[in-house]
Amino acid sequence: MTTPHQQPAAPAASYTSPIPIRRAHLGDALASEWTKIRSVRSTMWTLGVMVLLMTVIGLGLAALVTAVGEPAPTDESVLGLGVFGALTGSICVITLGALTVTSEFGTGMIRTTLTACPSRARVLAAKALVFFVLAFTAALVTVGLVALCQVAMVDGREPTGEEWLLGTVGVSLFVALLGLTSLGVGAVVRHSAGAITIMLGLMLLPLVAGFFMLGSSALQDVSEVLLEYSVPAQLIGVYGEAAGSGPAGWGAVATMLGIAAVALGAGFAAIGARDV
Amino acid sequence: MIELDGLTKHFGRKVAVDRLSFTVRPGMVTGFLGPNGAGKSTTMRMMLDLDNPTSGTVRIDGRHYRQLDEPLRTIGALLDAKAMHGGRSAYNNLLCLAQANRIPERRVSEVLDIVGLSAVAKKKSKGFSLGMGQRLGIASALLGDPEILMFDEPVNGLDPEGIHWIRTLMKALAQEGRTIFVSSHLMSEMALTADHLIVIGQGRLLADTSMADFIHRNSRSYVRLRTPQREQFLDALSGAGLAAAEAQDGVLEVDGSTTEALGELAAEHRIVLHELSAQRASLEEAFMQMTAGSVEYHAHSADAAPAPPPTGPAAPQWAPRNEGA
Ligand SMILES: Nc1ncnc2c1ncn2[C@@H]1O[C@H](COP(=O)(O)OP(=O)(O)OP(=O)(O)O)[C@@H](O)[C@H]1O
Ligand SMILES: [Mg+2]
Repeated sequence: MTTPHQQPAAPAASYTSPIPIRRAHLGDALASEWTKIRSVRSTMWTLGVMVLLMTVIGLGLAALVTAVGEPAPTDESVLGLGVFGALTGSICVITLGALTVTSEFGTGMIRTTLTACPSRARVLAAKALVFFVLAFTAALVTVGLVALCQVAMVDGREPTGEEWLLGTVGVSLFVALLGLTSLGVGAVVRHSAGAITIMLGLMLLPLVAGFFMLGSSALQDVSEVLLEYSVPAQLIGVYGEAAGSGPAGWGAVATMLGIAAVALGAGFAAIGARDV
Repeated sequence: MIELDGLTKHFGRKVAVDRLSFTVRPGMVTGFLGPNGAGKSTTMRMMLDLDNPTSGTVRIDGRHYRQLDEPLRTIGALLDAKAMHGGRSAYNNLLCLAQANRIPERRVSEVLDIVGLSAVAKKKSKGFSLGMGQRLGIASALLGDPEILMFDEPVNGLDPEGIHWIRTLMKALAQEGRTIFVSSHLMSEMALTADHLIVIGQGRLLADTSMADFIHRNSRSYVRLRTPQREQFLDALSGAGLAAAEAQDGVLEVDGSTTEALGELAAEHRIVLHELSAQRASLEEAFMQMTAGSVEYHAHSADAAPAPPPTGPAAPQWAPRNEGA
């Protein structure tokens, strides 16, 4: 070993904690989880890539539209351009959400974590909260700035206040909730690659399956539901353009909230019951 | 104090821990001994509420682990040296634990100092050697300055200096009145550190005894000798009311006598001796004998026929075989 060895321990003898023992609570777990998430480089990388992708795609599209110089369609606002960036960025959020939980299982850290905080529900709640706030904030700042640039670059109809709210806060909520779903799935499957694969499947399979079924008249209804409720369709819906009778606007955000609640519920049930 | 009562754990049809009941007392080092797969780690995980027992209970100072207010300040554990996030620095790995139990941040530097990792505090723990990882795990156990400490094979991967260090540390911690519970496969290691001994095999309690008692009862002493006049010597022995066990290569082992007495006996009968020495069976042998019936994973060597496990719930389904090894 290359470390200087301390001489045969004067062990922890003298240490007396200045703080009397009291029941640990969510606040302590939140502080702990915040330290965890900010102290690994992969978190910052994943968020960085998300910001970069959303910015480049958003501004690139705006520049493209301006260069082509097509007359802007009057019925939709410029903010709709943000959908491509948000869709790409959400893949990063899914990854980060899953990793927040699965990296602990992968490394064995979860055992150490749970000896410090034996309430498993509290650990998962703290993780979910810290992740959600971080993902939402990062998304909101990026989406907001990109939207401002897009509106400035492309001349079209000025978005209404409601459209602004949906195109920034709504979209960021949607993306962060998608990440929360991934975190819940991660708590169930406990495996990074597995969780991310399941989430990508959840996002894309309904779309693919829906398109395949379009040909068959018998499956017409199923196909429509799959297409309308697929994650990309809902994300488009947040910007106000519903696919068929699917959810639009805040309805799409609410649907995502429901999905995230189910996934997190499953996560809580799994982490509470099983051996680690 | 840790109290186990009828602790049992099944993994499917496999019984990993079988109705274990014992108490780990404060003020001493309690060694937890058993061969590979005996169920030591599983027992320790159940003590920390990481695995759910199939039946039975564990009480830490009279309470269930989940009822402890700030657990790290009551009990510290080293389970698996790699139970840290490799991408995080040693310092941050400890910091997030400290925060979960309101342990002041300066304590992180203190424990890193105690285990001698101060110089690499800001390095990612991924790059740590086996021994450094072990030290980091020990640091995390000491973090809350708890009255109970639990170490699962702490000397694993430590160099001789490290082994000496952990031995001294455990004894010092016990001297302060703390409860120290430490697992190992090595009887010789335990003989140097432990005051009390708990031996398990195939999940069952085989012994719960003080170390001194175990040594007293199990260190058989005998005299080893070789002679070209074997038959004559055996006759002389039985004349003196003694018996000899025959070991390999014509070596005789005599219990219940001394080198002096046997040397004189040989001289009396004018028997030539080629070797005469006092022997003491090692504690390791005593331990192996005790657990022989419950060892799951035998290495099949060419000459020593393995003892088939006579007891045990089910024959091991996947005991590795290295024939002809
Ligand atoms: N999660 C698990 N699923 C299934 N079987 C398990 C699991 N954990 C342990 N076992 C089995 O339980 C038995 C006890 O294992 P355990 O790890 O507790 O032994 P141990 O005494 O710590 O062994 P070692 O000295 O090798 O560390 C083993 O036969 C092992 O195969
Ligand atoms: Mg073990």
